[in-house]
Amino acid sequence: MSKLFSDKTKQVFLGPLGKNNPITVQVLGICSALAVTAKLEPAIVMGLSVTIILAFSNVIISLLRNTIPNRIRIIVQLVVVASLVTVVSEILKAFAYDVSVQLSVYIGLIITNCILMGRLEAFAMANKPWESFIDGLGNGIGYAWILVAVAFFRELLGSGKLFGLQIIPQAIYDAGYVNNGLMVMPPMALILVAVIIWVHRSVNKELQEK
Amino acid sequence: MNTNSNSYTMIFATVMVVVVALVLAFVSGSLKETQTTNVELDKKKQILTSLNIDTKDQDVNALYNQYIVDEIVINANAEVIENPKVEAFDIVIKKELAQKLENRALPLYIANVDGKTKYIISLFGAGLWGPIWGYVALDEDKNTIYGTYFSHASETPGLGAEIVYPAFQQQFVGKKIMNDKQEFVSVAIMKPGQTTDESDYVDGISGGTITSKGVEAMLMNCIGQYEKYLQISTNGGTEE
Repeated sequence: MSKLFSDKTKQVFLGPLGKNNPITVQVLGICSALAVTAKLEPAIVMGLSVTIILAFSNVIISLLRNTIPNRIRIIVQLVVVASLVTVVSEILKAFAYDVSVQLSVYIGLIITNCILMGRLEAFAMANKPWESFIDGLGNGIGYAWILVAVAFFRELLGSGKLFGLQIIPQAIYDAGYVNNGLMVMPPMALILVAVIIWVHRSVNKELQEK
Repeated sequence: MNTNSNSYTMIFATVMVVVVALVLAFVSGSLKETQTTNVELDKKKQILTSLNIDTKDQDVNALYNQYIVDEIVINANAEVIENPKVEAFDIVIKKELAQKLENRALPLYIANVDGKTKYIISLFGAGLWGPIWGYVALDEDKNTIYGTYFSHASETPGLGAEIVYPAFQQQFVGKKIMNDKQEFVSVAIMKPGQTTDESDYVDGISGGTITSKGVEAMLMNCIGQYEKYLQISTNGGTEE
């Protein structure tokens, strides 16, 4: 067990959750972070899908890393990601139809999520399957928690709900409170992500550019 | 092994493509049935919603069988097509709209709500960014709107996307699609504050003008196809 959870693997897992977060530090995968975070449920499904796809494509590429011809390695990576995305999208259509309708094209667009290609090329091509799996999980969850955080505020302030359930009581609306319509628009996700980056950098001073 | 040689690259690519194709074909094949059921359920939900029936956490199939008494296919001359090529429920309205009016097969759902007959017409049209669709339920007189359901693929949240909410849809209830001379005029969607004498109208969505106009055109085009059928009984004929 000690080898499974050595300091290095721990670092591989925890890094992307904080100091090396794919969204707030590497600024990858922003497009989908804007698109699917108006409500919590699609954000969670999107985060889960990306985590699963990233972990497994990392493992597959890592297993194949010594056999992949160098000249077509990007194509191989794309094919692996694309087929996993297709599988996930088919499963969602079969077992979570409503969510797949909400996510519409964005599940398909996971293929173009820079986090995936980035991790495959930078990590899985050079590391063993187990570390690659952990790296995929770490980056996926690092991506997912930002999405969930953004979606939490957007749904709460934008529609007064969480998971579609009314949270802000009617009495407050009667007293003159109004949902912030701006919150459901994509630009607000960008502003919220920026706020998270701001907080993140003031906590981790070494991330600040001189 | 030289993984950079041309022949190795070719073989690798070929094997990869075959393996991936097999996996995807298997997944798609084994999930097909569940997916089709989901799509049908969703369509039934939409049809029921146009009858103002709450389908949340309900057995949609049971509700559908309870309310929808008949599904027929008619043509633009108001003739009922017996043994249609495609069953009414499976007709894709988008494909029909692409054909000439006289060749179209038009689905019509007949519902029975509390002993009263309702007619449900499928709608399909274009919004600002993508397709919009829906259902409109008409009362027994084939003239008064009983309920509507609209949905869209990608209209702007907060603007055009407001068409899915009751605030917009409830305005249509009770509006007439024929004028006093029994001519089909549809229902106009006007900018809030404006009026028209030519037909009944509802308020459009501020900031969602193009989507509103899209809904208006969709109502005009899609209900218009049924014009002759709808006129039969409103003219006082003995259609039933």
